[in-house]
Amino acid sequence: MSVNLSKGQGISLQKSDGGTLAAVRMGLGWRSAPRRGLFGRRTNEIDLDASAVLFAGQTPVDVVFFQHLISDDGSVRHTGDNRVGGAGQGGDDEAILVDLSRVPVHIDQIVFTVNSFTGQSFAEVQDAFCRLVDETTGQELARYTLTGGGQYTAQVMSKVHRAGNGWSMTAIGEPANGRTFQDLVPAMLPHL
Amino acid sequence: MTAELVRGQNHPLDRTRVEIRISAGGPVMAGVTLGDDQGRLSGTDAVAHPGAPCRTGVEVPRQAASEHRIAVDLDAVADTVHRVSVLLALPATVSSLTGFGAAAAPRVAVTGLDGTPLAGYSITGLGAETAVVAVELYRRQGAWKVRAVGQGYADGLAAMLRDQGLPQAAELAAEIEEAVGLGRARAVPSPVAAGRAEQPTAAPPVPEGPAPASPAPDASAPSAPAHGGDRVDYRHPRRRTAPAPAPAAAPEGPKIPEAPDGPQTPVAGDAAGWSMDERLYNQVWGMFEDLARSVAAYRSACSFAESRLEQELDQALADPRNRLGSAAAAARAAARDRHAALVTQARAALDRDLTQLTAESEVVEPALPPAFARWDSPVWQGHHAPQEPPMAVRLGDLHLPEVLDLRIPMLVRLPLERGLWIDSGPSSYAWQADPGREFGRRELGSALTEGPPDEAVLGRLALDTAVAVAARLLAAHPVGDFALQVIDPGGTAAPALAPLLETGALREPPAPGAQGVARTLEALIRRVDLVQMAVRNRAADSLPPDVDTAQQLLIVHDFPHGFDDRAVNQLRYLADEGPAVGVHLLIVADRAQSQEYGPVLDPLWRSLLRLTPVPDAHLADPWVGHAWTYEPALAPQGSPIVRQVLSRLAQARPAERH
Repeated sequence: MSVNLSKGQGISLQKSDGGTLAAVRMGLGWRSAPRRGLFGRRTNEIDLDASAVLFAGQTPVDVVFFQHLISDDGSVRHTGDNRVGGAGQGGDDEAILVDLSRVPVHIDQIVFTVNSFTGQSFAEVQDAFCRLVDETTGQELARYTLTGGGQYTAQVMSKVHRAGNGWSMTAIGEPANGRTFQDLVPAMLPHL
Repeated sequence: MTAELVRGQNHPLDRTRVEIRISAGGPVMAGVTLGDDQGRLSGTDAVAHPGAPCRTGVEVPRQAASEHRIAVDLDAVADTVHRVSVLLALPATVSSLTGFGAAAAPRVAVTGLDGTPLAGYSITGLGAETAVVAVELYRRQGAWKVRAVGQGYADGLAAMLRDQGLPQAAELAAEIEEAVGLGRARAVPSPVAAGRAEQPTAAPPVPEGPAPASPAPDASAPSAPAHGGDRVDYRHPRRRTAPAPAPAAAPEGPKIPEAPDGPQTPVAGDAAGWSMDERLYNQVWGMFEDLARSVAAYRSACSFAESRLEQELDQALADPRNRLGSAAAAARAAARDRHAALVTQARAALDRDLTQLTAESEVVEPALPPAFARWDSPVWQGHHAPQEPPMAVRLGDLHLPEVLDLRIPMLVRLPLERGLWIDSGPSSYAWQADPGREFGRRELGSALTEGPPDEAVLGRLALDTAVAVAARLLAAHPVGDFALQVIDPGGTAAPALAPLLETGALREPPAPGAQGVARTLEALIRRVDLVQMAVRNRAADSLPPDVDTAQQLLIVHDFPHGFDDRAVNQLRYLADEGPAVGVHLLIVADRAQSQEYGPVLDPLWRSLLRLTPVPDAHLADPWVGHAWTYEPALAPQGSPIVRQVLSRLAQARPAERH
């Protein structure tokens, strides 16, 4: 059962059968800007970016984003930068895959963020959402609707963190402003 | 066209009457089982073994020997038979070996009746196993294929037969052992059975019952009585020996005695690709990346643990409440414990990955084709010039200080995009400074043992490395597709180059002096220019006949000795323009000696791939940027393999020319 979250809402999730998560995917989708008539090339494209920041305690250790697609240890992979968006039909335009069983032992939290690289606020982007999917079952764990999210250009979306022997996920949904994940680090720190 | 199979690989058979030739490092017993589509045996009469050598469509030798020929007529076997497995076993009565690992790897070749090779397979990686399923011929959609199996059984023949679903496995195994013992007693010096198997067409499909010429009884008879043998059978003729284990084991499903050590057993060639070479290449690069990332995770965890420890110790010191009493000591101890716990955890994760990668490396390494294999690999023994150039060659091994015994083959794509530079300069090595290099030096199996290497030894090693690389490139290309040129103005490389000269790989000794340098460079530049022109104008046919279109490897020794400014510029031209038209550089040089040229040569050095004749940590991987210790691919000291390979190429050469 997917939890539909609104801005700022936080909720703790465990896998429904009580087990722990083994692999999760953070998906991000949005509808591309409407194409201009004659010089379609000059359409003001909308570029949203998904990033994952790997923390050991309070220290950011590694980050996976469009310029560093695979974490050094290979456990977190970004499927590649999409700079224009998609059809807005609910498919993921960018995705970050996390193989939780291979995450290095000292990494205890992974924070997912979304930001608008081209600067449009979420109020201007249509059909934008981000979601977390349990990759082993394909089940959607949480979904945020970003559209209409106000004059924000970024969101700290959620984190997965170690709990006991396994992992669990907490939704954060904290709106923020920033062009890349670097601008969001101050917004992330209170949630660690 | 013969196919060299690796474990698990299959190959279609274009005929149904085949011969299976087996050669092993000692006397082995050969047998054949006829299984149904599930691979299960219907009974003891589905096994052809020395006690009952003839079954419908197959005939196996009666004795244990180190060479066997088994005739198989796949048209004649019953329709219910879907799997014909060839098995080898070490009979306890005959063989002194305790396992297949104690002798040379058995080799199986599937040939036509006229001896045309169809497929070959060397069963490598065996240890204490005393029985092994070597290959199986199986029916797939009406056609027959051969698959390299190589499944060993440490518990011997009985375990193997039980695995194929035979309830009377233990009895049959005992019976086979006995028959082998008899066969040995009966044996005359010349192997009769092998001679008979040479006329497999004459071997009629014998229906049921004992073969006419066979004095051994059918397998369904209780046990083979001792006739004519010099061993007396003390067993009761009607009483079975060891009847107990078979029924107990029967209900179990097929089990593999070599328990897989991880979640999945690694298989050679387990990667995407169009050909086996490409699959192995991709697999090796996959292992390279996985090792780089696993070690990155470990290092990152360790350094985090380290920094956290420091932080916590600082905190413990800074806290004024801790000034008195034992609280500070307790805090420090707690911090150290946390550090140790994290490092232990990280090491455990690394070890888990390493176990998997080591197991993979153990199956991949023996499966590598010559171009990818180490010089001590058995594939070089039977090497012959290939039909087409390989996609890559191995230039050496890479390893990290955390894992000294896991060597990743350093495979470089062909044609080489960059020239190679073998650094013979002692000044390049900071021998005392880096403990990582100490490892390297101790492991080195060649001339250097203790103390910093002296220049002469290093120079010679650099040349040996160059010769090994050149020989490998020559051997990896079809005959006549790759040629060597050497620039050695001082003539000092002659002893090291001797193998190349004597086998004709190098057509003439390098011309001495500056004129020699100039002439060789002129000729190569002319070739580069002409080929470039021909490529640009798509006029490959109009090249003058004296232009050698084979790829050229130019070995430059003693650079810049004998070079004037003009020659240096020509060399740089070759380094820039050559690779695109098949002229490659291999410079053996000490960079310090060309210092008088100043920074002018820096771009040249940077454009070359630096290799070292001794292990040295100077190569970075493309993912994480670890410093990997490179170790050159040299033949084991005193091994004649490089020369052997070169002389085999020399034999192939004239045959190809005419």
